[in-house]
Amino acid sequence: MTRPRKQIILGAYLGGVNHQTVWSDPAAGSQIDFASFRHAAQTAERGKFDFFFLAEGLALRERQGQIFDQDVLGRPDTLTVLAGLAEVTEHLGLVGTLNATFNEPYELARQLATLDHLSGGRTGWNIVTSSDAFTGQNFRRGGFLAREERYTRAEEFLSLARQLWDSWAEDDIVADKESGRFLRRGDAGAFAFQGRQFDVSGRFTVPRSPQGQPVILQAGVSAEGREFAAGGGPDAIFSPYHTLAEAQPFYRDIQERSARHGKPDGSVKVLPGAAFVLGDTEAEAVERHREIARTQISGRGAQILLETVWNRDLSGYDPDGPLPDVDPDPEGAPVIQGRARIHQNPFDTVARWRAVAADNKYSLRQLAIHVFGHVEFVGTPAQVAERLDSFVQNDGSDGFILGSHLTPTGLDEFVDKVVPLLQERGALRTEYDGSTLRDNLRIPAPVERQAAVV
Amino acid sequence: MTELHLAVALDGAGWHPAAWRSPAARPRELLTAAYWKDLVAQAQRGLLDFVTIDDSLTLQSGDHFAADDRTDQVRGRLDAALVAARVAPASEYIGIVPTVTATHTEPFHVSKAIATLDYVSTGRAGVQIRVGGLGGEAALFGRRQLPTLDLEALQRPEIQQLIAERFDEAADFIEVLRRLWDSWEDDAEIRDAATDRFVDRDKLHHIDFEGQWFSVRGPSITPRPPQGQLLVSVLAHATVPYRLAARQADVVFVTPHDTASAQEILAELRHETAAAGRADDLRVFADLVVFLDTDAATAAGRKDELDDLAGAALFSDARILAGTAESLADHIEELHHLGYAGVRLRPGVLPTDLTAITESLVPQLQRRGLFRTAYEGTTLRGRLGLTRPASRYLLTNGAAR
Repeated sequence: MTRPRKQIILGAYLGGVNHQTVWSDPAAGSQIDFASFRHAAQTAERGKFDFFFLAEGLALRERQGQIFDQDVLGRPDTLTVLAGLAEVTEHLGLVGTLNATFNEPYELARQLATLDHLSGGRTGWNIVTSSDAFTGQNFRRGGFLAREERYTRAEEFLSLARQLWDSWAEDDIVADKESGRFLRRGDAGAFAFQGRQFDVSGRFTVPRSPQGQPVILQAGVSAEGREFAAGGGPDAIFSPYHTLAEAQPFYRDIQERSARHGKPDGSVKVLPGAAFVLGDTEAEAVERHREIARTQISGRGAQILLETVWNRDLSGYDPDGPLPDVDPDPEGAPVIQGRARIHQNPFDTVARWRAVAADNKYSLRQLAIHVFGHVEFVGTPAQVAERLDSFVQNDGSDGFILGSHLTPTGLDEFVDKVVPLLQERGALRTEYDGSTLRDNLRIPAPVERQAAVV
Repeated sequence: MTELHLAVALDGAGWHPAAWRSPAARPRELLTAAYWKDLVAQAQRGLLDFVTIDDSLTLQSGDHFAADDRTDQVRGRLDAALVAARVAPASEYIGIVPTVTATHTEPFHVSKAIATLDYVSTGRAGVQIRVGGLGGEAALFGRRQLPTLDLEALQRPEIQQLIAERFDEAADFIEVLRRLWDSWEDDAEIRDAATDRFVDRDKLHHIDFEGQWFSVRGPSITPRPPQGQLLVSVLAHATVPYRLAARQADVVFVTPHDTASAQEILAELRHETAAAGRADDLRVFADLVVFLDTDAATAAGRKDELDDLAGAALFSDARILAGTAESLADHIEELHHLGYAGVRLRPGVLPTDLTAITESLVPQLQRRGLFRTAYEGTTLRGRLGLTRPASRYLLTNGAAR
């Protein structure tokens, strides 16, 4: 193969509201204090990561009407944290997950363009949608969006946001004290948009930002999601696939779809989330992973994780006993709320799990640990570096969004031990060579399309 | 006599529309973090209580009721709450109070954003709540039909009614912010490994707010901020907004133009505060637009030159003072004697008049024994003499327990 070694894209994900984050560890720090975010972001920048990443959750999770108490709960406001991090980092991209259902395009486009100015062009937006009426109870409109309209809304939201970002040309601000001319033209920022979801017009307040438009990221493996990704959609897409056998076809599919939309090869980056556990020897890493997983998933935690698929109260089933003998109840009133449902067909999932549990003689909790405590990269720093690199070089992905079970220091050992090995392999930069997130990701600047002014 | 408080309102290149053409102005940097950091650092050097950062969802305009197509004034601005978060880690003592529009935004988002600003600034956050304009602003969101306005329409009773409703909505908005800030009791996070509980769920509360314009269930996703409750301020020019301040604000900015109006406004605010069944603890700040120089003639000359460049004399809702630090200090002292907690100064030109405030006015006030000579404490509430309240839900629970 003659093509040059791909540079691995690395995102740092600070553990949050999920079962993976171990809060009982003596080294576990605040999930909220700015100092935790500062530490994690500065560590990622020390490791020459491409970006820092925050997830989203707009309602505290509940189980049968009671707020979750077994997992980390609570998080700060994403955009506010990222704006603060812009002060304490210099090169690191700042990517927030922000909802297209419970935000309005004018306001969110304004906030993202503001962050892009204030960070010198380091903003990224992971666009998500939700049709969740439970979360809707916290917002003016409630749960207004039908599930099947989510992509319509996301697409319209994004194309409106792009129109807003394009409503100012790069040279619209003249600010010539001598002549008294501040604006090149009197209608800078003018926009109008009519669609099924939005009917808006006016003048946008934020002049064109350093990146022109923030980098767009998106998750979505459905054909609809892939098409959105490859077409007018994002610059990067999250992939759920961690084995080459599954990941390569997805990667190829995204490239082919992009090509059909006239995009150059590699212009849509593919990034799976991944976790790691390191050890001085492989055996030590495996043992450490086992311990972490047992801490992550208690007996009660295991019941609750399985409830997300069964949609039944499983608190009566012994965690150390067999899997619940009942079928899932997807049509029943939701047992767990405020958490994305990941399993499309719970009957298939349960059947598969029963088989795994039977083959391995797993208890309920052992099965939960097997499924939900899975860590993609377990080994010595050299092994992990080799596996990360070969996954990327073999087109399983373009990089990873790395999380850890420990806030805020979980990334430290990765940066200390694995990053130098990736750098030795020539797979990761040793210095930043640009100033924007687009520079980091090697994504070209968007073409400036002056909005049609009405 | 209570302690005197000094705040500065930051907006663009300053409060004169031609400020950007002044020699020291930095009109090409208004959208950069460095510009805002410099201004806040300068204000902090002057030991000021807090800065406010102005904002509006609509583009600046010379016309109060619609967008204009002028090219000779500053146009374009950033989201103030994010500017506040950007400058917060770069400062240590000064309070940071961004403007947020209540009319079209989500109280749930705003609540957690300002709470998070309090975390990022370690206890120095506040918010100025702005009631949105009608008409053009609504079209930016496309969610409501509100009439476009002009001076004539403002006199019509149904429009007056509509405006009063927007202030009622803002009162609900602030109520939701406050309930959400209280929705986690301070010690809700317990990390009790023995019982496998990260939080004590009895210390988290649905706020179950149901109002005419929105309903919010809660709790917040963000734990109670360091200050517990955050400073809420409003700018008010008339009875309806005074009533909002009396019901829901900690600080109100008002615009007296002389001694008589200064007294009248205070009296009306006291009346509204009493009518709202509240103790007389609303902090009243007088807003003043200032041009400061070593002698009165130079200050006035500087303003006149800008007026010439702008093609019209500066018009402002607030009183305009062009003069020396000494005369401004006299004026502030008088307001303070009348019962004002302090003043919020709007520098005519940035950074020129901000620097004059910190380097001339502040020493003048210090010499008179009216203003602090060092920061004490680090929270904004503490600086304004506001205690840290317990969560309202703790109190109701306590009564029930």
